[in-house]
Amino acid sequence: MEEKKALFEYLLRLGDDSLILGQRLSEWCGHGPILEEDIAMTNIALDLIGQATNLFEYASSLGVDKRSADELAFVRYEKDYRNLLLVEQENTDFGYTLARQFLFDAFRKPFFEALSQSSDQQLAAIAEKSLKETKYHLQHSSEWMIRLGDGTDESHERIQQAVNQLWAYTEEIFEQDQIDQQLIQAGIAVDLSVIRASWTKQVQAVFSEAGIDLPQNTWQQKGGRQGKHTEHMGYLLAEMQFMQRAYPQMEW
Amino acid sequence: MSQELSIEELEKRFQEKIDAEIKIEPNDWMPDDYRKTLIRQISQHAHSEIVGMLPEGNWITRAPSLRRKAVLLAKVQDEAGHGLYLYSAAETLGADREETIDDLHSGKAKYSSIFNYPTLSWADMGTIGWLVDGAAIMNQVPLCRCSYGPYARAMVRVCKEESFHQRQGFEIVTKLAQGTPEQKEMAQDSLNRWWWPSLMMFGPSDADSQHTAQSMKWKIKRNTNDDLRQQFVDITVPQAELIGLTIPDPDLKWNEERQSYDFGEINWDEFNQVIRGNGPCNKKRIEDRRNAKENGKWVREAALAHAEKRKMKKAV
Repeated sequence: MEEKKALFEYLLRLGDDSLILGQRLSEWCGHGPILEEDIAMTNIALDLIGQATNLFEYASSLGVDKRSADELAFVRYEKDYRNLLLVEQENTDFGYTLARQFLFDAFRKPFFEALSQSSDQQLAAIAEKSLKETKYHLQHSSEWMIRLGDGTDESHERIQQAVNQLWAYTEEIFEQDQIDQQLIQAGIAVDLSVIRASWTKQVQAVFSEAGIDLPQNTWQQKGGRQGKHTEHMGYLLAEMQFMQRAYPQMEW
Repeated sequence: MSQELSIEELEKRFQEKIDAEIKIEPNDWMPDDYRKTLIRQISQHAHSEIVGMLPEGNWITRAPSLRRKAVLLAKVQDEAGHGLYLYSAAETLGADREETIDDLHSGKAKYSSIFNYPTLSWADMGTIGWLVDGAAIMNQVPLCRCSYGPYARAMVRVCKEESFHQRQGFEIVTKLAQGTPEQKEMAQDSLNRWWWPSLMMFGPSDADSQHTAQSMKWKIKRNTNDDLRQQFVDITVPQAELIGLTIPDPDLKWNEERQSYDFGEINWDEFNQVIRGNGPCNKKRIEDRRNAKENGKWVREAALAHAEKRKMKKAV
């Protein structure tokens, strides 16, 4: 594949991860368990939407096709979204939301650390900015995992349940295909097999402090990077794309 | 020293301080009614910020562009922040945050009635910023000079952010008004629905306002409801004209003599109904807030339990 096209695809994957998780988190706005958490979750959603914007703008500027950043974000079909299945999972409750966030943040921190060394300067700059935000996100979600795991019997049971359910979407985080290989060789992309150890270490450390058991199930779901999503995705997009679909081709 | 003085003397000195524009601080002596009035007003204000997150939060997931989504998120986050420091200002008067919130949930405490109207289109995000935050600024700018120090200082920051909100709202509406026929219609429809409720935000007419006279004497309030309402109309009408939208009031007319706009009679029946809990969204708004508190109970309990355990560990 032409390198520019591979990079375009890579940017969509990263942008979609941020966008879809940001969309999910923003559903919480006004409904958080305490005011401080309402502010924190909105803040994280804001960071993620900002990351998505930077990544889509860069993708759009490559000139692979004529789509703007907003068109990339809002008017693709479901099968053309490339996000991990993990980030599209429903909020369910504060425990699921935090577990999803933690499993993702624990990946994103070493990922952005590595990506900030990319030979592609624009991508390295986006990664560096995103890394600052992600460090804070990971600290926030790690602290909550510990609070919920260690807190009461109820919170312990709820967070363990959330981790058990979401575990099925963790293997996919480290899947790599030809696009990754091609861009790794060019020094542009991150070799996920290298950062996996860092993710595992963070997850184990926090689980251990929180008293959360590492799920034993090896049953795993994959397909997000190829556009094969879970049933939740269609509803998320129906809401997110509503304006663009109902009033096509307009400026807002 | 204060024990030696009679109530009359204390009240006299208190009023002298107010008249001399000296700020009242949390540990200063103050009449009970002054304290009560402020707790009522500040907590109402805090509740309005928190309930006000809901109608706008309703559109974050459907915002039409990345930029609009980010700006709306930031705006609603600001409102949560305003809620936080207003609850803190109320706490300086001895009001407990959780008890204050329970009063909101039980219906005992009020919040701005405007948030009991539904947000039905994207244009409402613009109109709320333009009109609702615009009206809020008119009410709040004088509060930066309020006699109670912590409230006045909180309001300085709130007003700065509100003025940014007002501008971004007007920008959304302007963009729609200059857009396609569908967008322009969306903007006009939104203005039609929000105009009158926005005028009601200034409260009852001066003749019917229970609290105005005493609050003005105490310099909690600096202008009457009708004065502020008139100011709002005079500023907003030319803005609507500028972007080609029509104010939905057949009686609206420039009065050369008063150098001000005359406008039609507000539907006070509707105003009273919404205050009594019969607006389109009163029940939904309170239910959402109650659910947030109820669904978050296990989270708050977990955080407390964890903090306790940690303290115990440290002690050992």
